[in-house]
Amino acid sequence: MTQQSGKHISLELAGITKVYPGAIALNDIAMSIRGGEVVGLIGENGAGKSTLMKVISGAIAPDEGRIVIDGQEASHLTPARVNQLGIALVHQELNPFSNLDVTANVLLGREMRRGFFGFLDQVAMQERVAPILEMLGTRFGPKDAVSELSLADQQLLEIARALSINLRLLILDEPTSSLTLSETNRLLEVIRKLRADGVAVLFITHRLAEIADVADRVVVLRDGRNAGELSRSEIDKDTMVRMMIGRDVSQFYEKSDNVAGKPVLELNALRTSAYPHQSVDLCLRAGEITCLAGLVGAGRTELARAIFGIDRIEGGSIEMDGQPLPGNSVPAAIAAGICLVPEDRKGEGLFLDFAVTENIAMPSHAALARRGFVDAEAVTRLAEESRKKLQIKASSLNRAVAELSGGNQQKVVLAKWLAMNPKLIILDEPTRGIDVGAKAEVYHLMQELAGQGVAILMISSDMEEVIGISDRVAVMCRGRITGILSRTELTEENILRLAVE
Amino acid sequence: MQKKDIGLATLVITVGAIVAMVNPRFLSPINLANTANLIGLFGLFSIAEAFVIVTAGIELSIGSVIALLGVIFVDLIASFGVPWPMALAVVMVLSVFIGLLHGWLITRLKLQPFVVTLCGLLIYRGVARFYTKDGTAGFTFGSNFPTLEFLVSGRTAGVPHSVVAFALVAIVAWFLLHRTVFGRHLFAVGKNAEAARYSGINTDRVIIQAYVLCAFLTGISAVFFAMYTRSVQPSSHGNFYELYGIAAAVLGGFSLRGGEGSIVGVVLGVILLQVLQNLVNLLGIPSSLNFAVMGSVILAGVIADTQFSRYREARRQQIAMSALEDSAKR
Repeated sequence: MTQQSGKHISLELAGITKVYPGAIALNDIAMSIRGGEVVGLIGENGAGKSTLMKVISGAIAPDEGRIVIDGQEASHLTPARVNQLGIALVHQELNPFSNLDVTANVLLGREMRRGFFGFLDQVAMQERVAPILEMLGTRFGPKDAVSELSLADQQLLEIARALSINLRLLILDEPTSSLTLSETNRLLEVIRKLRADGVAVLFITHRLAEIADVADRVVVLRDGRNAGELSRSEIDKDTMVRMMIGRDVSQFYEKSDNVAGKPVLELNALRTSAYPHQSVDLCLRAGEITCLAGLVGAGRTELARAIFGIDRIEGGSIEMDGQPLPGNSVPAAIAAGICLVPEDRKGEGLFLDFAVTENIAMPSHAALARRGFVDAEAVTRLAEESRKKLQIKASSLNRAVAELSGGNQQKVVLAKWLAMNPKLIILDEPTRGIDVGAKAEVYHLMQELAGQGVAILMISSDMEEVIGISDRVAVMCRGRITGILSRTELTEENILRLAVE
Repeated sequence: MQKKDIGLATLVITVGAIVAMVNPRFLSPINLANTANLIGLFGLFSIAEAFVIVTAGIELSIGSVIALLGVIFVDLIASFGVPWPMALAVVMVLSVFIGLLHGWLITRLKLQPFVVTLCGLLIYRGVARFYTKDGTAGFTFGSNFPTLEFLVSGRTAGVPHSVVAFALVAIVAWFLLHRTVFGRHLFAVGKNAEAARYSGINTDRVIIQAYVLCAFLTGISAVFFAMYTRSVQPSSHGNFYELYGIAAAVLGGFSLRGGEGSIVGVVLGVILLQVLQNLVNLLGIPSSLNFAVMGSVILAGVIADTQFSRYREARRQQIAMSALEDSAKR
């Protein structure tokens, strides 16, 4: 093994508080972890898990609180210092250098050199990496190309990278969210092995079954606070779910009693490119807000993209108003009255450098134009109407949309679609990264549209939002719909249960 | 007119004034007419290039296409006795075909525009040289085509017809790029192809149309150049013209990342480049320094432009920050 200092780590956090403008991310958090222990960290989206992780890994400094490592107070943690202490973090989003081989990835930045010219010492590097891979029981060798590794293997690669630096505490952020069952089991096996070697593992996951399987202790966060801790014998799924939720849904959401009208969109055995072997059946009705819940990677965004014609469909059919969509393309979807507010607002929803007016008018240009010429007057009128209707706060509509706040940017994306008078509007994480006021406005708008008979499909990972606003929730897990919950059955517990199978 | 264009126009006038002061021959009718003729000739394909660059693409085969189509045009008339309107039609059809081919390779086979058109540059040049067995395609001695010559290389009231053609093309191009839905879609595709797709724009079609338009204008340009030189030497005819076009477009505010630029800008860019060429001649600068002068001016222009956009970016950041602070206070 590569562990130079065999000393087990002991990490204590006390009174950790982190405040952002307008939001308290962490409020007086305490937790501890010791070498040879696996601790599960759970909580809903926004509970503060990732902020806490960033604090431990030195990426952000807490406003208050103490971090004690090996009995010494560590006041100024930086990523470099954290590395020296033997703490490594494996992110949820893996970013290996797919153009390099396994050895180069593991030892990146710590390459070994030899000779006068300082050429890479490939042999020594491979000899250093090989035993680590062996210990992890990987199916790939030090010379394999990273581009050919599966997601699970890439995960192990990251762990190997962590192990190459005197690892004492490994933090895993949702490592299994995109792994298959057997891959997950292999990872859990590695975690057990590390524990036996005296490494501390902090394991963040939404999959409660895994926690029950491997963790010695569970720390639950809720709204940036400690919501409780469970020891090995107390861990069970229902208890964990109760601790994660444990609060009333606020009066933030207005619920009007929408009457579901005739079917607008019908998916028959639709198969998407993300999960080509799973088929989805779903019917959306006029005036109804349906929410698509599930974990990251469940295939929700991909389903939306397939309906909107961005991704090719692998099989099955999409029917609007009882008519099959003519062709699988965005223009066909728009012509049939489907709109999509994408998840990646800046990359897919907006032209950041273009004026607000231009962004709002983009899909409408063809319809407003006279013989192919842009009707500047009509475009300006449209933008002005949208500004009034959605209360877009911009000093001028000729300003680049990049200068607007997140909430107002989202309103611009909404405005460009409302101008098309859609029959079905799909909103993918519509309130992510926007402030509370704008959120309320988005909810209000959704209710208003539903009242006008528009069918709404919202994808959201925010449980509170899902329960607060939906008339009906379809829960997805690994590419298929595992259940549909009506208003009366809507509890976070029910959703979570379906989302994790 | 955009702010950038005003800056460029100022630069053109300043350079022109300096040259005129140093050497009054700059303003002589002969020199002006000659320079104008060159501006017209080079302007046609520079506008062509601009339509591709605005989609974040590039067209490197312009010079070779001008050579190949020029050779074909002259040879059809001189060797095969094809009436010139027929020859013109053939050249235009071929140019559209080349544009379609490039567009198809780029959108359907997902090849990079640089690679596709670089291969085009090599292939068309090679074919042109093979076609004439590396000889010169020229009209037989004494033959003339009064109508064609008047249309393409004639003058009306002292104004070369190449300038007239350039002006007409520029006006149409201006409306097309700045006033039509197609123009908006070109900008949208160039700025953010993903967002354009999500807005229901058929991005592939827009890109193909841009390459076809570019090739079509290059075809017109090829006929003008063939009639200007009267004989086409395929190994040198049109060499580096694509680079003139790119230079003019970049000077005119087109970003190679796409989504930016104006027709007024590219027109001014063409004028500036030709005035610089003229300056080298008139000021007695060794003509070997020709490219060096041009390169330096473009570099200076681009540096000025990036500094300006950095300033703009900083200001935007400031506005966003103060907006955030305001909302935090509330």
